[in-house]
Amino acid sequence: MQQDFARIPSGCAISGIMSTKGRRMNGEAVIRSIALMHERSNGLGGGFAAYGIYPEFKDHYAFHMIYHSEQSKIDTEAFLEENFIIDRSEPIPTRAVPGITDPPILWRYFLQIKPKRLIMFGRVDSPRAFVVNAVMTINNSIPGAFVASSGQNMGAFKGVGFPEDIGRFYRLDEYEAYIWTAHGRFPTNTPGWWGGAHPFCLLDWSVVHNGEISSYGINKRYLEMFGYCCELQTDTEVVAYLFDLLHRQQKMPLRLVCQALAPPFWKDIDMMPEAEKQLYTAVRQVYGSAMLNGPFSFIVASSRYMIGLNDRIKLRPMTCAVKDDLVFMASEESAIREISPHLDRVWTARAGEPIIAELEEGAAV
Amino acid sequence: MSSWIPAEFFVRVDHQRCRRCKRCVMNCGFGTLSFQDRVVADHKKCVACHRCATFCPEGAITIEKNPLAYKESAHWLPEYRKNIMKQAETGGMLLTGMGNDRPYFSYFDHMVLDACQVTNPSIDPLREPMELRTYLGGKPNALECEETPDGVRLKTRPAPQVKLDTPIVFGAMSYGSISLNAHRALARAAKEMGILMNTGEGGLHRDLYPYSEHIIVQVASGRFGVNQEYLNHGAVVEIKIGQGAKPGIGGHLPGEKVSQEVSETRMIPLGSDALSPAPHHDIYSIEDLAQLIYALKEATNWTKPVSVKIAAVHNVAAIASGIARAGADIIYIDGFRGGTGAAPTIIRDHVGIPIEMALAAVDDRLRREGIRNRVSLICAGGIRHAGDMAKAIALGADAVAIGTAALIAMGCHVCQKCHTGNCSWGIATQRPELVRRLDPELAAEHLCNLIRAWSLELKEILGALGVNAVESLRGSRERLRGVGLSQVDLDILGIKPAGR
Repeated sequence: MQQDFARIPSGCAISGIMSTKGRRMNGEAVIRSIALMHERSNGLGGGFAAYGIYPEFKDHYAFHMIYHSEQSKIDTEAFLEENFIIDRSEPIPTRAVPGITDPPILWRYFLQIKPKRLIMFGRVDSPRAFVVNAVMTINNSIPGAFVASSGQNMGAFKGVGFPEDIGRFYRLDEYEAYIWTAHGRFPTNTPGWWGGAHPFCLLDWSVVHNGEISSYGINKRYLEMFGYCCELQTDTEVVAYLFDLLHRQQKMPLRLVCQALAPPFWKDIDMMPEAEKQLYTAVRQVYGSAMLNGPFSFIVASSRYMIGLNDRIKLRPMTCAVKDDLVFMASEESAIREISPHLDRVWTARAGEPIIAELEEGAAV
Repeated sequence: MSSWIPAEFFVRVDHQRCRRCKRCVMNCGFGTLSFQDRVVADHKKCVACHRCATFCPEGAITIEKNPLAYKESAHWLPEYRKNIMKQAETGGMLLTGMGNDRPYFSYFDHMVLDACQVTNPSIDPLREPMELRTYLGGKPNALECEETPDGVRLKTRPAPQVKLDTPIVFGAMSYGSISLNAHRALARAAKEMGILMNTGEGGLHRDLYPYSEHIIVQVASGRFGVNQEYLNHGAVVEIKIGQGAKPGIGGHLPGEKVSQEVSETRMIPLGSDALSPAPHHDIYSIEDLAQLIYALKEATNWTKPVSVKIAAVHNVAAIASGIARAGADIIYIDGFRGGTGAAPTIIRDHVGIPIEMALAAVDDRLRREGIRNRVSLICAGGIRHAGDMAKAIALGADAVAIGTAALIAMGCHVCQKCHTGNCSWGIATQRPELVRRLDPELAAEHLCNLIRAWSLELKEILGALGVNAVESLRGSRERLRGVGLSQVDLDILGIKPAGR
């Protein structure tokens, strides 16, 4: 049912916390932060991404699944059994919370790729491509099944409701993570679909996003050329795929990826020193169709990074802050002060300027 | 024997207002008007180019359609009967000028653009940067970079790219089909506006060598004017395979238009008909095209993108895919509305497909095959305004080419008599007394104004769409909707109907 929804624009709140030392914290703080921005969401979607939550399974691909029917679970499990060794399969723990009604079947699997399958698909050198392929296959060909997240030592927890309710529903106070990102959604229309909430995840990429990507049409067609299927009709999906394509597949440095997605203006490029000018000219020539245009601020996370990015003319808010080893990014400064009133440094992210927080060398996660 | 064909138009002179200055007599390129105590018109010669009416200081001239030149018939329309009578009198193939004027369905007129409301803000191009810069040329699928202590270093050496300040180029119009003054105006305007003009298949007059950075030099089947020097006086080299107005046949330049200068530039005898062969006789298939592409790259030391111009025909998508794989950097697709200096009427009016469909099919095919980045697409053939341009870009064009619109900016009144060489406006003629009417400076200024106006309008459209760079519209079919199109049409165009 969810596959043929028209694209739904939405306004939103986002918040993210990262310990650059890899210190793990439970989900209480991030829930409080996103709850403060309650009126930026309308109860039609909320979610969280958490990194470092499965240390006992840190080399397994943790698949968080949303199932709309028993049949979709049976079909998905048959597919997973064919391709993966399932080391654990269990329901995602939840608790009853007023305001969260009619949840779908929420299940998680800890998976290892069957080496034989990897060879069969000629992807020996790239287990990650294998996983991407598996995610695409499930999302596109098993009706009612949706992969909420598929990374290692991380997971997405999302659904229909206010984000603070979703957080309590998923018992996030019982998880410990060194990166938390959160999202409260204000869609202008309701599909009432759990898969449509943020974060959007692929492998260990997760994206929470405030805004609308007006260039979605071409970003989608560009990605399709590289084998990504944008079937979910959410703009957020293209952000995750673009990071995957440019950084994982094409090995582009992260900062440059951000600058390909929200590139400098020609007038600024023309004034750069020659080598830089050549670089950015080439980036714009080659990645014009990957440029994200329209109002957005998003937080992209992966196991080592938390990245904040604003559109080229800053049509959505984003504030960043640092306190000791903690880096914060949020739609509003208040959402940061709520959980850390005294900050070392607070600043407003500039248009198109990537804010990249990186895990310190040697941080044990 | 005098012709039985009735006059198409009547030239009405208000003799009360006429002051007998004879300006109209001098201005008519077609010999319609003469002076016998007062202005007298030979109505049969009038082509409705409106030169006389425009230049009459008293406003005493009006051109009217002959109201009942032919008795009405819904089936035997006047054009058909006129053509039959002409052919009965001459036994010849009928020639015409400019683009297909038949009332075929226009897909451009059945597509509408999107705009922002509430959830995403529109962007005000008066107050925010709005970028139209476009680079033509083949692009790799990925850039290779390495991180060094001094920052990121680019390892990929990109193929040659040509910069356009706005995604418009002037369509291919040869010196011969149009006058040197018209060519001068196009070259000046191209330089001024940071875009390109296209020599067409008639070579490049030496006077235009200083504009070489803004010129596409064409290599067509007749090889008119092609030599090493010529190739190196262009920013882009283009192999002309076909033209929208006459797919499958070669160029026609009637001998009347081959003046001394044209003959020197084309390297052909004075006054001879320049009929280029229908095919290139060294290109009988795609592998031959590849050879010519690489020969031209060699000849220009790999410094210039090579473009291939084709007419939009049924199988255009597969052809374009072949061209991309044959090594072209740019594919120029000319739809069936595309103009011409001279073409057989029957071909112009009945061969080829609409550019909207051709463009959509080509862009789709190249994407499906994962080779869209390898080439830039220029689309042409009836682009009338910035709306058509924006829609073409949304369908997938990197840039549009405008021929007829540029001629109109220079003064053309679309009388469709380019093939006669009598253009009263000094554009499609080589008669010196007519050519000198076209002031290249003024014409260039008008061309610049047109490009400027369309660019402003395109910025306004982009702003309404909430994007601030043209590449965010390029190929973004999500921003188009069809009105009154069938599902099959929508599928081919890759767009949704309005309301969905």
